[in-house]
Parts: sequence; structure tokens; C-alpha cells
Amino acid sequence: MSDRRSAAKRDPSWLAGALIALAVLYFVLVLLLPLVTVFAEALRRGFGEYFAALQEPDALAAIRLTLLVAAIAVPLNTVFGLAAAWAVTKFQFWGKSALLTLIDLPFSISPVISGLVFVLLYGARGWFGPLLDQYDIHVIFSVTGVVLATVLVTLPFVARELIPLMQAQGSDEEAAAATLGASGWRTFFLVTLPNIKWALMYGVLLCTARAMGEFGAVAVVSGHIRGETATMPLHVEILYNEYSFVAAFAVASLLALFALVTLAVKSLLEARFAQQLAAQRWR
Amino acid sequence: MPLDISNVRKNFSATPVLRDVSLFAEDGEFLALLGPSGSGKTTLLRVIAGLEQPDSGAVRFQGEDLLAQPVRERRIGFVFQHYALFRHMTAAQNVAFGLNAKPAKQRPSRSEIRKRVSDLLHLVQLSGLENRYPSQLSGGQRQRVALARALAIEPRILLLDEPFGALDAKVRRELRRWLRDLHERTGLTTIFVTHDQEEALDLADRIALLRDGALEQVGTPEELYHEPGSAFVFEFLGDSVRLPCTVNGGVAVIADAPVPIIGAAPANGPAFAYARPDAINVEIGPGPGLPAHVRNVILAGPDARLDCAIDGDGAIDVRIPAEEAAKFSPRDRVRLTPRTVRVWPVT
Amino acid sequence: MTAASRLRRLVEPSALPGLGPTLGFTLVYLSFFVLLPLSALALRPWELGFDHVRDVLTSERTLAALQLSFGAAFLAACINAVFGTIVAWVLVRYDFPGRRLLDAFIDLPFALPTAVAGIALAAIYAPNGLVGALFAPYDIRIAFTPLGVMIALIFVGFPFVVRSIQPVLEDFETEAEEAAATLGANRLQTIHRVILPAITPSILAGFSLAFARAVGEYGSVIFIAGNIPMVSEIAPLLIVIRLEEFDYAGAAAVGLIMLSISFVLLLLLNALQSHIARRGR
Repeated sequence: MSDRRSAAKRDPSWLAGALIALAVLYFVLVLLLPLVTVFAEALRRGFGEYFAALQEPDALAAIRLTLLVAAIAVPLNTVFGLAAAWAVTKFQFWGKSALLTLIDLPFSISPVISGLVFVLLYGARGWFGPLLDQYDIHVIFSVTGVVLATVLVTLPFVARELIPLMQAQGSDEEAAAATLGASGWRTFFLVTLPNIKWALMYGVLLCTARAMGEFGAVAVVSGHIRGETATMPLHVEILYNEYSFVAAFAVASLLALFALVTLAVKSLLEARFAQQLAAQRWR
Repeated sequence: MPLDISNVRKNFSATPVLRDVSLFAEDGEFLALLGPSGSGKTTLLRVIAGLEQPDSGAVRFQGEDLLAQPVRERRIGFVFQHYALFRHMTAAQNVAFGLNAKPAKQRPSRSEIRKRVSDLLHLVQLSGLENRYPSQLSGGQRQRVALARALAIEPRILLLDEPFGALDAKVRRELRRWLRDLHERTGLTTIFVTHDQEEALDLADRIALLRDGALEQVGTPEELYHEPGSAFVFEFLGDSVRLPCTVNGGVAVIADAPVPIIGAAPANGPAFAYARPDAINVEIGPGPGLPAHVRNVILAGPDARLDCAIDGDGAIDVRIPAEEAAKFSPRDRVRLTPRTVRVWPVT
Repeated sequence: MTAASRLRRLVEPSALPGLGPTLGFTLVYLSFFVLLPLSALALRPWELGFDHVRDVLTSERTLAALQLSFGAAFLAACINAVFGTIVAWVLVRYDFPGRRLLDAFIDLPFALPTAVAGIALAAIYAPNGLVGALFAPYDIRIAFTPLGVMIALIFVGFPFVVRSIQPVLEDFETEAEEAAATLGANRLQTIHRVILPAITPSILAGFSLAFARAVGEYGSVIFIAGNIPMVSEIAPLLIVIRLEEFDYAGAAAVGLIMLSISFVLLLLLNALQSHIARRGR
């Protein structure tokens, strides 16, 4: 590493030192301080109260719901990502770039709007709300709405990871498999999937992290019903607004721990499989 | 007729890449599709394999309509330009892929597959490298794994897309001879695409020369080299020199020197004469012939080359026997007269 | 022209199977989750008439919220552009203990749920919080003011600029810098004349991403903002409030105007970015 800078590129050491200090200070103030605060506040009154807060029935219900929502939304968006990537990278058709824009669109919408649109469709005064109400189907203020909002917010993650990679890899291997007599499924499972598995895992990881942590979109559609439609982030909000700070930070610390695990796995994947991952950065 | 391609047309968006191509291949023939890049030769090969669908036309094999069959049912071996080996499979697994992909009823037993794979790797001289991954093989080895993989399904036709394109010159020549041997042993109808005329002249029983998506000429290497049907064929197969001339009574007059014409002579009037650089006489002193001066004498190689600048415009590399090179030195005034030429009208 | 040949012009034939099912699924999925919901957003504001939309959008409260959302997002993105450039530079150019760890942590705002960040920031910057207490004696309040909103948006947008610049700096040709040095430029001139112009498009790209993200941000802001109407109430919160009042048209109107303004601003930023990139070539 020491020889990667020639003399011409070397900055005076006082400048380097000052810049490093500045960067580290900014990093500590903006990123590290909030992270540490979560754990510090959660443990403010000791481990006893911390674990007690996590064993609250409502907290456990929130954890279960969060896992449930992720367990539905992530597989859905994974299948979508694979299908979209296959269609977009293996074929030429009219309107492809419009399709790509559409896939990317959820990234540029405010989470609150991602929730709002489902209320506009399925809420009490939504387009389809009254109709569904007749059949006793409730989307808004129910788990269904939470799932819908989560799917919309996390929709692009897997697809955006796979498309650039599969584009770069081309279709020669799949074409070779076809000339050798392999069926479409066989080609997909034995040829395509092994080539994209690390990028797929990366996309699923990012998708899961966002699905479990989504707040704005879910807040709009869930109705914050304790123990029923409150996911972990919503439960954090409920507790915080009730001034149960220790309990709020205790649940938050679980999410923070999961975020740290996500970052660790992400760095690991990036370091070990750099060339098998698309250059796509996280958004 | 084993393989019969008739009136195939194909456009990519609005650009025609194949314009009404008709071609056949005999059983066991070694056929080259030759042409510059963009001439449509790879597209034609992919149409035969089923990797592209033509807009119109027919492709038949022993009377069967190939276009009605999906790629995976055609049993046509295809070796891709960059091999398209399955990068996460070993050489042996690559070769076994097509056998494992057969429907359960036709699939050979495991031990049979193992034996077939081992035989094929032996055939392509890769015994001992069964467990290497493509990334652990050299370019030439990858090429041969790709060939073994294609042969494993006992193809009815073997197609090779620029088989030597990605290899360095020495490996190229070795593989070329080896491929010729292999073809003689298997007797498989083989069609390969190349942009290298030397490769086509060396290997093929017949050459189909493509230009801008249409067939320019089809024939044996001798026919194409010695009886070119157009200036394009003459220029594409080997080095050539083009000189303006005037046709007069079946003779080409180049700078007052009459030169005999081989092949058909166009009507009297201005035309272009084409000659090979080793069929040009170089003389010192005044007289008829193109006035020029020697810029450089290049002695490296089996024959010598004279780099001559023609008075007024242009330069020609003339090839002369090495022992005559001593007669010339830079700045000599010379006269250039082709011994024979082919003449085509100015287009 | 027959239907089949017309279809053939829309879809290039291919040897690989699966276009029908995969494209079909993709289109149905996108229609259900993206197209249909967004068409509701585009159509519903108008159902109570154009005047209602105008009233909602020109009410002082909406204007104040939009101004706060876009203004704070802009300032936060500016601060991140400056410090993000410094952080990226330090990460790419210098070796120091903890560099790899710092690099991995840059993405924290992506991974940490926004609500978690929100309550942490509120705790830190409240008048009795770690940082808030430092300023309280001087009567400077951070939480429950626009300043607090901006701080939350700085957190959220932090990684964008860093991650946009990093790959460009890594690929940056050493030769250009060395050439500048051999031509007698001092270090500052080299940075100013050679390096900065090369990374400006990526700074702008990162700025746009950070800005777009910050405009719509909700979770990390609402806890620290205090949500005082006309003072520290952001536009996304106003949508939530309109919904709670069952004013769907009003909520949709605010959402639509937010999306439209963001869209126009991002188009302008993109144009500026490609203009600068072209000039650099």
C-alpha cells in the first residue's frame, strides 16, 4: 500500500493529518455518535431492564411481524428481480429502457408517498377500499398494507443488483447450454444461477435490511396498532412517543445490531467477490 | 443434400445483415465462411445453429426443416468465439453437460458418461486436466474443451465461430493442423467462420466468401485464388496491387507497357488492373512501365521486398527473389511492369 | 401487416426460452406495485377540483413545509458534498489505522433503520442531550428547529457523495497528476486545476442522490424536528397529517407536488452534470 502514491501525489504530512482528522471527526459526529447512543440509551438502566423490555409481548409481536413481512416481501422481490433481469438482459424488445426506469422508480420516491399511494387505492376512501370492505377485506391498517408498502419500497434492490451483472456476462453460456440440448430451467439453475449467486445474495441482503427497517411507508399504512400491525421500527416510535425511552432504544438496538451484521456481511461479500458483484452501489 | 440454406434474409432493426444467402454443404465437408467483419458470416452460422431466426428463407438438413426445430433439439455442435465455457464447472463437467441434459430415457448411465467424457478429453489431448476450471486453462486448452463439449452430443454438424480468433499466432498454427486431422478422423460436416484468408485457404474444402451480407463467391480455395470472380475476391485473398490502366484489344496498357490479361477482358477503355506483388517486374533505366523510385529494400523474410514510390502518387511493395535484391538500393530510379494482371472495370 | 409480424418487430426473436413468462410477470408485478399506485397519486389530487389543489398547495402551512423540506435537503446535501469529498479523498489517498473500518461504516445510514437513527439523533441534540447540552447555555436550540431537521438529513445523505466519488478517485490517472507536477504545478494548483475538475461530475451526482433522498426523508427527521407547524414541519409529515384527516386529495396533492419539484430539480442537476462532464472531455 505504501508504494501506491508517487512523490508527485504525496501531500504534505500536515495536510494529510489535518484532512484525516477532519474526516474522522465528521465520521464520529455524524455516524458513530448516533450508533453508540442507541446502545448507551438502551443499557442506561442496566441489562435487566434491557432484556425485560425485549420480552414485552408487544415487542415480541413486533419482532415476529417484522420477520413475517420480510419473509413475504423479500422472496417476492427476489423472484421479481430474477424474472425482470432475465427478461431485460436475455432479450431485445421495444420499451426496455422505459421498463428499466420503472424498476428504478421506487428508489426516487419518498417512503411516505410509497405508503400514501396504497392508502389512495385501498384506504377507507380509496379507489378500491369501499369495494373490498364489502367482502370484509382490509388492506390499510392491516398486515397486508404493511406488506404492500414494504414490497414497493424494496422492489428494485435485487433487480438492480442482477441486471448490470447479467448484462456484462452476456448470454453466450446460456446459448451454449441451449445448443447442448438443455431446457430453459436446466440452463437457469445450472448455468445462470451459479454465475450470479453472489450478486443475488448481495441484493437479497440489501433488500432484507431495508424491508426490516422501513419506517415511513409502513407508518402510513399500518395504523400503529400495538401488537398487531406495528413492526419493530413502528414499535420503537410508539414506545418513544410514550416516553418509554429505555424500551424504545432496546428495540432500536436490535435493529442497529442487525444493521451492523448487514454491514459486516456486505463488506465481506464486496471484499471476496468484488468481480462477481455488479458495480452497483447501495442506494 | 445434407445442409441446404436457401434465400436466407435477416435484418437487425433496419440494417440488412444477410441478403438472400443460398449455400449448401456436402456430407463430411469442411466449409469456411470467410469475409471481413460485418459481412454477416457469424450471423449465418448462428442462423444454422438456431441462435438467430432469419426473417425469411429456409434451412434444411437431410430434408428436415431446421428452422422449425428449437436450438436444443437441433443437435448442432457450436463452438463459440470466446468458447462460452461454463466457468463454474470443471473441464469434465463442461463436457458432460450435454449428456446430462438429455431426457432421462436417452441419458447414458453415469459410468458411460464418465467414459465418454474421458474419451473425448483424450481425443482433444486434454487427459489429466479433467478437474481444472476454465480459468485454470490456457486459451488453446479452453478451445479444445469447448470442442469436446460440442462433440459430446454427437452433433450432426459442427459449427465453429472464429475458432482461432482469440489465440496467439503459434498456437493458432498448431491448432489449425490439429483441427484438420480431427476433421479427417471424425468425418463430421464442419463449418467455420473466419476473417483470415490464410486460415480459410489452408483448412477448408470449400470457401464461401461473404461481403455485406451477400455471397460474393463460393468455391474451392484454388478456384477462389486462381479464378476470382470479382476485384473484391482478388483483393481479399492475398496481397494485391491496384493500378489504373487502359484496356485496348484484350491487353491492359499500364504506363505505355502492354500487359497480358488473365481471365475476361472488359471492353476497351479505362479500367483497374490488379496484380500480385510477386508478379511485377522491376527494371532499372528508361523505357515503358510505371516510373518510380526505390525508397527502401527490405531483406528480412523468405523473399525481399522493394518499397517503391510511384511518381506522382502512391507506393507499392513489390516482392522479388532474395538473390535479386542486391541489384537495388534506395533512391534508384526503376520501372514497374506487372507480368500479368486481372482487369475489372472502374466502378 | 399481420399481428404476428407486428409483434416480431417489437420483440427480437431469441434462441433462449422464457421471454413470455418473465416479461409477463415483470409487467404484471410492476403494474400492481408501481404503475397502479402511482396513477392514483397522479389522478386523485384533482377529484375535489383544481381549486382545492391550489388551496392546499398555496396554504401557508404547505408552502412552509415544502420550503423546509427542500431547503434543509439542499443545505444538508451541500454540507455532505464538501465533507463527503474530504472523506472520500482521505479513504482513497491515505493509509491510517481504521481506514477499512471507516470505509465499511460509511454505509451505516443505508443499513440503520431511519426510526432508529431518528430517536438517537433526537436524544443527542435535545437540550439535555450530549451535544444539545453544549449549546443550551448559549440559548442555541438544535432539536425541534429547522437546524435539527438539517442534521438528520446530513446523516441520511452522508454515504451518497462518498460512494459516488470513491470509484472515480480510485481510477483517476496518476499520470495526469504527475504530469501536472512535472509541469511545475504545486500541490494546491494540481488539486484545484486537475483533480477537482475530474471529480466534479461525481460530486454533483452524489449531491443529487443525497438531495433526492433527503427531500422525501421521514423517519430520521420526525423525532428531532418537533413537528411545529410553520416552523419545523416537513412536507412528508404534512402528507401523513392530511391522511389522518381523511383529506386524500390534499395528501395526494402534496405528494404529487413534491415528486414533481424533485423531478424537475433532478433533471436540471442531471443536465448540469452532463454539461460539466462534457466540458471535462
